[in-house]
Amino acid sequence: MPWFRRPSNEPLWQDEFSVYTADERYVNRRQFTKFLTLTSLAMFAGQVWILVKSWLYRAPEFPRQVVARAGEIPVGGVKLFRYPVAEEQCIMVRTAEDRYVAYSQKCTHLSCAVYFSQENNRLECPCHEGYFSITDGTVLQGPPTRPLPAVILERRGDELVAVGMQTRRES
Amino acid sequence: MRDPQAPIQRRGLTAIDGSMALIVLLLLVQMYLLSATLEAYLSGHHDAALPGAILSGLIFAASAALYVFVERLDREARKG
Repeated sequence: MPWFRRPSNEPLWQDEFSVYTADERYVNRRQFTKFLTLTSLAMFAGQVWILVKSWLYRAPEFPRQVVARAGEIPVGGVKLFRYPVAEEQCIMVRTAEDRYVAYSQKCTHLSCAVYFSQENNRLECPCHEGYFSITDGTVLQGPPTRPLPAVILERRGDELVAVGMQTRRES
Repeated sequence: MRDPQAPIQRRGLTAIDGSMALIVLLLLVQMYLLSATLEAYLSGHHDAALPGAILSGLIFAASAALYVFVERLDREARKG
């Protein structure tokens, strides 16, 4: 043991290292309460952000777009298309001889792509087993809480035309 | 010899712990409020945004008031 050092069982580096882990990790009541209050402030900021977004919201204009021709897909068949913009994938299903429905393909839970299950006659999300009704897109089961946005289709002679989307719906 | 201030210090610490528990409860409510408001906004119901923001502001104000209370009590408890 060097003469300049007090007797100690600890190694030299531990004696000379001035940072004590236990002390550094210690959080006193004031610090913890301050942290909680700042978390509350962050959540309030999130609420204000939602408020500002709702004030700035403008209803989108939906273009008219020919999606398919009548009879193009068989009963129980599907067709994928993009509407109203290229980034938005949609799915159209022919549910009966003269009945077509179309929805956004983005699951309202975590945006996985839903597919049509002919066996179960519903739209299913493979990620977390969310199921949607083929009739109106409402949630049948699983973690999604909002229905699938429906594409409004019009029949113009032999053509099926997308004219808008139902963005505000009750679940 | 027993410190005559000790009971006061203990009451102060109890009040601090109670305040902190209350802040945690308020945070849970605020968290639920945020998720409910976001869900409503994504569903297209924008009318829930303003009441949600007002309520959240009130909860934050209550949390801030409790923090000030805790800080004052903590300072007094340490002094005593």
